[in-house]
Amino acid sequence: MTGCALAVAVLVASACGALLAHRRGRLASGLAAAGAVLAAAAALPDAIAVLAGAAPPEVAVPWAAPIDELRFGLDPLSAFFAVPLAALGAICAVYGAFYLDGQRAQRRIAVPACAYNLLLAAMLGVLLARDAIGLVIAWELMTLASYVLVTFDHAQREVRRAGWVYLIASHLGVAAILSMVLLLGTDGFAFSALAAAGRAAGSAATVAGILGLLGFGVKAGLVPLHVWLPEAHASAPSHVSALMSGVLVKLGLYGILRTSTFVGDAVPWGPLLMVFGIAGALVGIALALYQRDLKRSLAYSTVENIGIATLGLGAGFWARSADEPVLATLAFAGGLLHVWSHTIQKGLMFLGAGSLLHGAGTRDLEQMGGLAKRMPRTGALVLLGAVALAGLPPLSGFVGEWLIYLGLARGGTRAASFVGLPLLLAIAVMATVGVMAALCFVRIAGIALLGEPRSEGAARAHESPRGMVLPMALLAALAVLLPFVAPLLAGALAPLLVELGVHAPAVAVAHDALVDLARVGIALWAGILAVSLLVRRLARRRREAETWGCGYLAPSPRMQYSGASFAEGLHRLLPGILRAKLSVPYRAELFPPPADLTVDAGDPFTRAAYAPLLDRLAQRFGQLRWVQRGFLHLYILYIVVAVVAALAVVSIGDFWGAP
Amino acid sequence: MLGVTLAVTAGAVLDGIAKAAAILIVPPLLLGVIARIKARFAGRVGPPLLQPYHDLRKLLAKGSVVSRTTTWVFLAGPAVSLVAVLLAAAVVPIGDGRALWSFEGDFILLAYLLGLARYATMAAALDTGSSFEGMGAAREATFACIAEPAFVLGLLALARATGSLSLSTFLGPAITHVWAEESASLVLVAAGLLLVLLAENSRIPVDDPATHLELTMVHEVMVLDHGGPVLGVVLYGAAVKLFVFAALLVRIAIPIAAPAHLAWPAFLGGLVAVAAGIGVIESTLARLRLPYVPALLLSACLCCALALVLLAR
Repeated sequence: MTGCALAVAVLVASACGALLAHRRGRLASGLAAAGAVLAAAAALPDAIAVLAGAAPPEVAVPWAAPIDELRFGLDPLSAFFAVPLAALGAICAVYGAFYLDGQRAQRRIAVPACAYNLLLAAMLGVLLARDAIGLVIAWELMTLASYVLVTFDHAQREVRRAGWVYLIASHLGVAAILSMVLLLGTDGFAFSALAAAGRAAGSAATVAGILGLLGFGVKAGLVPLHVWLPEAHASAPSHVSALMSGVLVKLGLYGILRTSTFVGDAVPWGPLLMVFGIAGALVGIALALYQRDLKRSLAYSTVENIGIATLGLGAGFWARSADEPVLATLAFAGGLLHVWSHTIQKGLMFLGAGSLLHGAGTRDLEQMGGLAKRMPRTGALVLLGAVALAGLPPLSGFVGEWLIYLGLARGGTRAASFVGLPLLLAIAVMATVGVMAALCFVRIAGIALLGEPRSEGAARAHESPRGMVLPMALLAALAVLLPFVAPLLAGALAPLLVELGVHAPAVAVAHDALVDLARVGIALWAGILAVSLLVRRLARRRREAETWGCGYLAPSPRMQYSGASFAEGLHRLLPGILRAKLSVPYRAELFPPPADLTVDAGDPFTRAAYAPLLDRLAQRFGQLRWVQRGFLHLYILYIVVAVVAALAVVSIGDFWGAP
Repeated sequence: MLGVTLAVTAGAVLDGIAKAAAILIVPPLLLGVIARIKARFAGRVGPPLLQPYHDLRKLLAKGSVVSRTTTWVFLAGPAVSLVAVLLAAAVVPIGDGRALWSFEGDFILLAYLLGLARYATMAAALDTGSSFEGMGAAREATFACIAEPAFVLGLLALARATGSLSLSTFLGPAITHVWAEESASLVLVAAGLLLVLLAENSRIPVDDPATHLELTMVHEVMVLDHGGPVLGVVLYGAAVKLFVFAALLVRIAIPIAAPAHLAWPAFLGGLVAVAAGIGVIESTLARLRLPYVPALLLSACLCCALALVLLAR
């Protein structure tokens, strides 16, 4: 606990220091990055100790303003999320210092450095809070700090729009969270008090649980609440996208799990989360596979992976209420491990995307190509990250999915038919999502890194500085090692599973399954090493030539298969609502003018539901424009009238209510 | 006592060696059988059964031409692909109905190992920057997205029927009991998996391995630029993949409870029969137009889903 408190202090202090040193950009960003690394060094041992079984006391800080005191502390659930937060926070901070260094001349890079550290402090605060008021305050600070980071490039119109969408979505979420807190907080706001109230309240607990699910679900990017996510992730600087996708979005899952400890089984968590999970996985990957913007594609893949983790957690909740401890252990452990592994590989991929953007000057897949030759280190790391993100063994992406698969399959083959069949169909859905993810990431890797450069910028691409490559290499090493460390982690999950309500967690089963996977991993790596060496040796007599073009003599890079054509086959098979909107104006003239084609790959939920709805709302509210006159004294009058009216209502109520 | 243990261990070791040898040696034979059957249907004598082995030997001795565009991915792709399919073959029951390596949930890993092999092949294809190879990779990926649910649903149906999570259990002796009670479902699964086999191994009616026009190919066009020993590795990997699917199909479609000493001959005979069946299909059907392939694969999905529903009722 002291370590985490120290970490928050260091983060806030270094943020203030960075702001004070804003005239000297390099000093400011260096200070902030050093602060983030120090904070991670302070917080990580704490979190790991709690995961290993230590139980630190809660600390109460007296604070009279909203309530009597704020409580802070770590339990296994928050410690589990604190580990990736501290680790990825430090890695991205170092990367970010080098990433923004090039913009030192034009911009004040102290501001994002400061906001970054404040964001880390706020996220740590969310995890440390042991009462709802502290949680909501930290949650709001987290939103504001990340808003500053998302709108770093605010000169661009779409970045401002993305920030605006993010702010609105987050505050709708906060409204739901606050309503939940007020519903449950009849007896004080400490987590223990909320849990007691949740057990006592009947249907109010159900309503509160649903509100919590929706409120935290906005941050987690559950479909259809995800619409802010692709915009914000694409607009933010890459190290911030990595942190948001790797940790901030996961805090939404933390919030949902925390809510579940308040209201227990008053909400049918299992079916609800499984439906949200399946929807998220399918919609996320379907939208990811045809995006032209590399970072938008990665953002949709976050929606997909959150879906998979949610599916695992949902299966865990279902098994918990069906009193199946083995299944609950496998499914919960799978969902939680997927959170960790996704932090690793999505962090790696967003940092890689930033490195490609830095080297080739574009996020557009169709402008890249051939970057693995020009940026060999980044190229190799991104190729590895793509395999991990596609969820293929022997890398980290498969670890969590493996346990979820086993949990679902055990449940599905043994349960009664009406329960077993949905579980088995969920497996088929997950497998389909897996293949679609493979298509999506082989497309990203193949179009961006392999082949010939598709633009001048890509042809002149240069490798990123070591300070950006090393953080990526660290994440890649974690992606390789996680499958082998996972069996050790399985044992450490027992206290966390008990906290989630699994009475007798069967961690031994999860451990054995992970050992099987680690063995497969060893076999694969050994085989790949041996056969690669063999192939290199066999192919030692080779000469170089052009790529075979069926005898065509003047090939050009423009003739390569493009990202759009690669995804086209599957794009056609998607349901209409999920497809991009193509418009090709047809002009029936004798000598047709040059044709043009517009592709709208924006979010279909925004296009079909949110935008029309909000437009109509705006029209309705437009009729109230006469209230807004632009005179300050009029506004003060409104406030006075509102206060008097509120006081009048209260005192009349007292008058009638008095005996 | 010690003697018995030693004998058992020695038996297990021999069994393991036999299986490993089968996985490594048998696959190209299936290609030879298919080619022979197709030749007979066309009224030709056809190449010798062992021709694929000679082809591999010839390719391994050759030099190769590599595109200037390519990176290390070009050589790593076939290597990763081969390792993945060999490992996939290790978890599939062969011979006496037990796999070389079995554990809880190995059927899911089988699907993912085949996925890894596909991913590596596609990455190597994209590495050349050729539009043909990109096209082949895109088609392979698209068809895989529909073939995969059929494959997994089929295996899940078997898992549900036997209540176990390991291929060696649910394709082992248990399958004969399932045939006695749930034959309709098994027929559906076998039909679905046959379609998946044809699609995943680029066979008619999905893809024509013998066509001469790059525009119409799927798998062959992905490996256009691989030559010499690397092409040998690719072809061998493809043969092993065919072996994996054929072995699965043999265990499902020919569930003979053969006495122990006849298990191996029965299995090998079944493999040859499956290969001959593929040859017959290839000789008597025409390749579908590409837009109709998804419909064919969807019907495979439906077969397997129906089987699952029947078994889970």
